[in-house]
Amino acid sequence: MKRLIALIVLALGVFGTSHAAIDTFEFPNDSQRQRFQDLTSVLRCPKCQNQNIAESSSPIAHDLRGEIHRMLGEGRNDQKIIDFMVARYGDFVLYDPPLSARTVLLWLGPAALLLVGGAVVASIVARRRRSIPAASNALSDAERHSLAGLLRNADPSIEQEP
Amino acid sequence: MRRLLLVLPLALFLFIAVLLYRGLFLDPARLPSALIGKPFPAFALPALDDPSRMLTREDIKGRPALVNIWATWCPSCRQEHPVLTDLADAGVVIYGVNYKDDRGAAQRWLRNLHNPYKLNIEDAAGALGLDLGVYGAPETFFIDAQGIIRGKYVGIIDQRVWREELAPIYDKLLRKAAP
Repeated sequence: MKRLIALIVLALGVFGTSHAAIDTFEFPNDSQRQRFQDLTSVLRCPKCQNQNIAESSSPIAHDLRGEIHRMLGEGRNDQKIIDFMVARYGDFVLYDPPLSARTVLLWLGPAALLLVGGAVVASIVARRRRSIPAASNALSDAERHSLAGLLRNADPSIEQEP
Repeated sequence: MRRLLLVLPLALFLFIAVLLYRGLFLDPARLPSALIGKPFPAFALPALDDPSRMLTREDIKGRPALVNIWATWCPSCRQEHPVLTDLADAGVVIYGVNYKDDRGAAQRWLRNLHNPYKLNIEDAAGALGLDLGVYGAPETFFIDAQGIIRGKYVGIIDQRVWREELAPIYDKLLRKAAP
């Protein structure tokens, strides 16, 4: 029984291993293999929300890997291949979408919020600095006198400075 | 001025809250097609019912139409099929792209389930699907009489989707085609 359980657990290990896509593509040289790996990792799988083409095991990602491999074989450069994908699937396939009217909020929004926050902090600091010098922490003569009186009453042993 | 500054954080919060609230109901799986406004991609593929006949882009021009990407391996397509049949009976022109499918199975499907398609393009390798930016069947494109893509719907067309979202697009194309 123990053995059976062990066997099942081991078998689960085999079937549960990563679903990372495995294709067998042949490349004439290492630089083309490298470009294939780079391209498939910067392009997003259209069917899956957050996986690149290299990692996804969906059929469409498989097709697109094949297509990229074919275009690399034809000698197309990286930009051409990326343009090919964008023409069909839109900016969605790019993990690094270009700055356009639709993505301007995405690109500049955080910086704009930071600027607004900075301006608010700066204005608060400036206002405080203006208002604080008036209320300086130096005591007036009358205040010093009454403080000395208070201290004397509280504890007669305290020596007072002249 | 000071009062204005006081309500500014609240206004900013409300603005962002509205944006995020809207975001809750957006479907991130629905991508806008990159092909809207562009001509239907050129192709030369066999007809499903008669593999000796080659179909091209010219064959689907002339009238506003739906181009439906389907396959027998796609359960959602089966769910969608009766709706397409109803639409075809009502006079909507529908072309089919049989996407990465088995010819025999596809022909059987049309025989057994009724054929709503005016023409069926057999895209066994998925090449046309790739040019159309298809990422999962069923997908449906709207083309006008000149063969320009005017709209795209990803997912199952049911009666409600047709009535509320797609019929207006199709009617608009019809009106434009018949001045």
